[in-house]
Amino acid sequence: MSVRTEEMVLNMGPQHPSTHGVLRLELTLEGEIITKVVPHIGYLHRCFEKHCEVMTYPQIIPYTDRMDYLAAMCNELGFVIGVEKLLAIQVPERVEYIRVIMAELQRIASHLVAIGTYGADIGAFTPFLYCFRDREKILNLFEITCGARLLYNYIWIGGLSHDLHPDFIRLTKEFIREFKPNLRELNNLLTYNKIFIDRTANIGILPLETAINYGVTGPMLRASGLRWDLRKDDSYSIYNKFDFEIPIGEGKMGTIGDSWDRYFVRVREMEESIKIIEQAIEQIPDGDVTAGIPKRIKPVVGHIYSRVENPRGELGYFIISDGSATPFRVKVRAPSFVNLQVLDVLCRGHMVADVIAILGSVDIVLGEVDR
Amino acid sequence: MKSFEEISKLLINQFPSINFEIKSDVKFEPYIIVPPNQIDNVCLFLRDNIDLQFDSLVNLSAVDDFNGEKTKDEQGNDIMKGGTLSLYYHLESIKYRHKILLRVLTDRDNPSVLSVTSVWNSANWHEREAFDLFGINFINHPDLRRILMPYDWEFGHPLRKDYQNPEFYQGMKVPY
Repeated sequence: MSVRTEEMVLNMGPQHPSTHGVLRLELTLEGEIITKVVPHIGYLHRCFEKHCEVMTYPQIIPYTDRMDYLAAMCNELGFVIGVEKLLAIQVPERVEYIRVIMAELQRIASHLVAIGTYGADIGAFTPFLYCFRDREKILNLFEITCGARLLYNYIWIGGLSHDLHPDFIRLTKEFIREFKPNLRELNNLLTYNKIFIDRTANIGILPLETAINYGVTGPMLRASGLRWDLRKDDSYSIYNKFDFEIPIGEGKMGTIGDSWDRYFVRVREMEESIKIIEQAIEQIPDGDVTAGIPKRIKPVVGHIYSRVENPRGELGYFIISDGSATPFRVKVRAPSFVNLQVLDVLCRGHMVADVIAILGSVDIVLGEVDR
Repeated sequence: MKSFEEISKLLINQFPSINFEIKSDVKFEPYIIVPPNQIDNVCLFLRDNIDLQFDSLVNLSAVDDFNGEKTKDEQGNDIMKGGTLSLYYHLESIKYRHKILLRVLTDRDNPSVLSVTSVWNSANWHEREAFDLFGINFINHPDLRRILMPYDWEFGHPLRKDYQNPEFYQGMKVPY
């Protein structure tokens, strides 16, 4: 006698703590095995691209903060680099150094949230508190620099809004000194934890070819085994002056490209960011950071695609200028938006509980997915 | 690594019947204009050719060129007749590290372009976004639904330059 079975459709979200915002997943289940995942997005759509068409270039910078709100510095950097290319202006060396320091501190802060919430998602609550304790110190550094803790409006076209605080270098060195042992502690607490490995290794394997075809970038692509980082491969700002490694997934606990690899690439990227910051604060030259800011920002007619390596992958701005003070069109290639597409492939054949482990390893920010 | 000229030469040799427009005198990024009914063949060739291997679609942007005939409706709002919508395809080869920019022009009043989802899966959501915000119809797209706007949004495509906000949406006043 055979038992009648049928597929079940289960709705996850939009208000679900492990979807990191407002994401609705429509899961099709065969028993407890997932056969299909359809993400529904757009709950946080704030018309960024439409806003850009009525605002001047400097006015857009605060709006870019609000896309990937965990990596606001990096968002500003991408937009500003694009406009500077359109204007053909060179920024002073001190500005470039400060930008790199800020972007790398932001990368650490963003990865700490990714790692901390990832642990919390699958049941390890302590590392979450440890990560947020360290992130708080970075936010304090941002606060003494520009007054804001999350959305900065700090990197301006041609310069910066403020110079570094006199104590900044000392406090950053102090932070690095404290952070290094904390990172080891995090590894002992979470990375090599038996339960954590059981939940993440061999879960949600992303083969390299699938990753490239789906346009996946950032730590996800690197975890699948490709050494691809725009800081090195399409170098911008002054990243070519620094010596750092690009960690890739090695399949240490399971298969290359599984959730554990994606997690571990982020941990190792924080170590590399520390290296960059250490070099940058040793070499930082003197100079005026506001002198180069142009009074009148009217780029020539033309279009440019500027891209930077955000904590979540390749953030691109396609800016079309018609010669006026407002852009004709700004299209954002948001890394989370592109990376989220591959979720269906990752989840097929896994259990419902694994969806949370997989989604956490994709590390999306809904503010950026929906823009 | 191939230069823009070499890539365009390869394309012209491969598709002698297609009338490509090579725009190499643009200030920042030179591009190639491809007809909308050939874009999938061209992309498939660019991906599979052994010397090109454009295995990644980096970005796909739709743009309202707003270059038709401007008129006014009864309320005095700008209405556009004719003109074009553009799609920009940024392609990159991870193996050879070369890049290319393709542009497709389509009729603004009846925009329809062949989908490249079968070539790169990443095009799926980009094309849905272009459909949602500009109303471009992608032929052969597997799942052409709205993506950022609500599924029941029936007031047009918001990123068009002559888009008008509706007064009410589901009983809520929109310009609040």
